[in-house]
Amino acid sequence: MPIKANIALSENGFVFNPSTGDSYTLNNTGKEALAFIKEGKDISQITSIMLERYDVDRITLERYLADFVNDLRINNLMEE
Amino acid sequence: MSRIKVTVAVTGLNNIDSPGPGIPVIRGIRESRDFDTRIIGLAYEHLEPGIYMSDLVDKTYMIPYPSEGKDALFKRLLEIHEKEKLDVIIPNFDAELFSFIKLEKALGKAGIKTYLPTLEQFEERNKSNLSTYGKKYGVNVPSGIEVFSISDLSNTLKSMKYPVMIKGKYYDAYPAYSEEQAVAYFSKMSAKWGFPVIVQEFVKGTEVNVIALGDGKGNLIAAVPMRKQYITDKGKAWGGITIEDQSMLDLAKKIISQTKWKGGMELELIRNSEGQLYLLEINPRIPAWVYLAVGVGQNIPEALLKLTLGLEVKPYTRYDVGKMFVRYSYDMIVDLESFSKLTTTGEL
Repeated sequence: MPIKANIALSENGFVFNPSTGDSYTLNNTGKEALAFIKEGKDISQITSIMLERYDVDRITLERYLADFVNDLRINNLMEE
Repeated sequence: MSRIKVTVAVTGLNNIDSPGPGIPVIRGIRESRDFDTRIIGLAYEHLEPGIYMSDLVDKTYMIPYPSEGKDALFKRLLEIHEKEKLDVIIPNFDAELFSFIKLEKALGKAGIKTYLPTLEQFEERNKSNLSTYGKKYGVNVPSGIEVFSISDLSNTLKSMKYPVMIKGKYYDAYPAYSEEQAVAYFSKMSAKWGFPVIVQEFVKGTEVNVIALGDGKGNLIAAVPMRKQYITDKGKAWGGITIEDQSMLDLAKKIISQTKWKGGMELELIRNSEGQLYLLEINPRIPAWVYLAVGVGQNIPEALLKLTLGLEVKPYTRYDVGKMFVRYSYDMIVDLESFSKLTTTGEL
């Protein structure tokens, strides 16, 4: 699930794709999830970490994460 | 090292909502550490804002419209040259380039240097020749047809899918979603820019541009890709951002090297949803957003001036990605005396 190497993520959750000039703003959980993806963690690892940090059930979290990754893919931020 | 003293005349001082490139070109030259430049503005209209920007333009002269022909232009330029001893002229309008290219040798004999594409290069990239251009150089180009009358237009539209782009000979382009709209834009374009009007296939996608500078020997001296972020109702970029896109740089390199383009140019491109680049237009001069290139490390006006003077210019190899330009409008307060002096004497 690699994200494109040149995608920039700032501390305040601003994402910039230098190939297209597109930019996005993430909320705190989105920023955290993207940071984990950039570190190379897979969905199951991210799920485990976030289950410990947030008051959320596994099914809901997995659905949100799957949606998030899908959004990243649609917006051309993931490697093919 | 002492700076080289040089007098440079620049057109395109119309820093309006559809801005000419003159003022950003001057800003680039002013920022050069190698030149001590006297800037002479050449203006067509009395209210071109650059005329009144005395911190950037030292003196301005009115010049005749391109429609008055190259002889009238040459005569006026020689009058200005007698007073100002011009070293270089940088023309910045598509519509005046034909005259300046034709006058290149005569200006050279008078001691005024220019750095322009050849007439063949200029004509070849013309909007109306773009399909042939695309085939010759292996570049994706939307199909386009020249039309000279409303019946021509109606026949052409029968073989095309809506929307279509209706484009003026020199400037302006509008998407038309019906024959009625196409006819209205055709009338507007032909009245403003003459014939032909170009009907072009509409390509849906993201508008991106490359500014480039060629040395006339096939070398790409500078190139910066930009994505428009804020587009005005006239289709002009009011904000843009530099992007990292090797395919756009490769395309600029390919076009410059194959055509041996001499001078500044802008590639207007669309990237469709499949990622393919389509060439919409080649503007044969520096675009109005050139100051973004200066701001990201490629002072293209300075490089152009050096090339014009025969100085060595090393090709730029890098630029900052993710830098933006945001245009703004600004009200200057001008004394009526300045305006009256310009309108009565033709200089300020």
